[in-house]
Amino acid sequence: MIKEHVKASSSVWWVSILKKYLMGLTGLGLALFVLLHMLGNLFIFAGDKAYNLYMHQMVNMEASSIIQVGLLSAFLLHIILAFILSVKNYFSRLKKYARAASGWKATAWYQKGLIAQGAVILVFVILHLITFKFGVHYKINYGNEEIRDLFRLVVEAFQNPITVVWYIVALLVLFIHLFHGLSSSFQSLGLNHPRFNKSIKGISLVYAVLVTVGYISLPLYVFLFMQEGAG
Amino acid sequence: MRLKLNIWRQKKDEKKGCFESYEIANLSPDMSFLELLDQLNEQLVQQKKTPVAFDHDCREGICGSCSLVINGNPHGPHKGSAACQLHLRSFKDQEEIWVEPFRATAFPVIQDLIVNREALDRIIQVGGYVSVNTGSAPEAHSTPVEKAKADEAFSNAACIGCGACVAVCKNASASLFVAAKLSHLALLPQGQAERKNRTLKMVKQMEREGFGSCTNTGACSRACPKEISIHSIARMNREYFKSLLS
Repeated sequence: MIKEHVKASSSVWWVSILKKYLMGLTGLGLALFVLLHMLGNLFIFAGDKAYNLYMHQMVNMEASSIIQVGLLSAFLLHIILAFILSVKNYFSRLKKYARAASGWKATAWYQKGLIAQGAVILVFVILHLITFKFGVHYKINYGNEEIRDLFRLVVEAFQNPITVVWYIVALLVLFIHLFHGLSSSFQSLGLNHPRFNKSIKGISLVYAVLVTVGYISLPLYVFLFMQEGAG
Repeated sequence: MRLKLNIWRQKKDEKKGCFESYEIANLSPDMSFLELLDQLNEQLVQQKKTPVAFDHDCREGICGSCSLVINGNPHGPHKGSAACQLHLRSFKDQEEIWVEPFRATAFPVIQDLIVNREALDRIIQVGGYVSVNTGSAPEAHSTPVEKAKADEAFSNAACIGCGACVAVCKNASASLFVAAKLSHLALLPQGQAERKNRTLKMVKQMEREGFGSCTNTGACSRACPKEISIHSIARMNREYFKSLLS
């Protein structure tokens, strides 16, 4: 019996279900991060001091490097697994249908291009890091010490309407990705219950809307209500 | 009524095929879709042409033989029914209809609209059964089963193994099929003895057969003639994790 069990569970590392577990887990972790990041962004509405001090605290807290390594690992793992699964899925259906399924049996458009959505989000994250994390280090002094003036950089960056539009488009893509991804993660992890099945999709939608609206509010607020140098 | 059919024709043992168009008249709206193909074949035989090969058996939606993709929809446009339960009244007069076989790397085309679905049989062969000597039928009440579990097991046991879930899935995943078979036995007392190994073996075999992974779109559940819920796939994922750890 034990021998049979070992035989049955051998070489399971490549089983898609396991990859989907990891996709789900990393996805949920990243979804939690985007919520926390969005909440942190809202300090912009409290003015430059609150925003800069919050960001300074975040970057310099003790666990900062551990969190960053964890985030990067989760992000890379999510991308690599998505790529591996997409290649496998492509080869599982080499021959396409002449007509796509329609009506009740059709697959929703936003569920078809998850890898493309992921690619947009990846490009967005890279550009976002270049602009802000590795962007100009302006300094500002609030009495005790000189810290980074990220507020000034944010205000400068979102004076450009092209940047604002690009952020809105990328964040809408994130919204679609989150909406499907969140409920899908629960399904992949096998977390379902007749009592909660219906609400999981609803919660995913509310979560995705909140995160997206929260994010979009920043570039829009800066572009519409803050002139460069006014902060 | 009159219809224009574009049917996938592929000769036996050939890897390539193409659509061929056929006009067919004097049709009754009450004919089933398979009767339409029967009529077309009679017409083709009279013209000394090769009839269209298609799978069929019970013609009442319980055997899982029919494997047609009609205008992109496995088993046609209606929910909860097989292609054999589709009638011509579902189409407009003079309508152009595209008929294709189920498409998946794991389902190679044998001829025309017939595909080889032995991959599903092989998944069952590795463990989709209860290997106990049952003897004669036992007294129904000798093994008590909770009503809710019995109902859920029955919903999953309704799977006729047609493969429409694979056909409609954008990844050609057999997750709903395997999940239904696993759920059916995992929910019943008789299935407990081999529960873990069954899960591990069937999932592994599904992978070996070259089916894609599940993106949780739910299209499988909507195309399923027995309307098996996508929640069974979550159960399979959970069962697999539990089986690995135990």
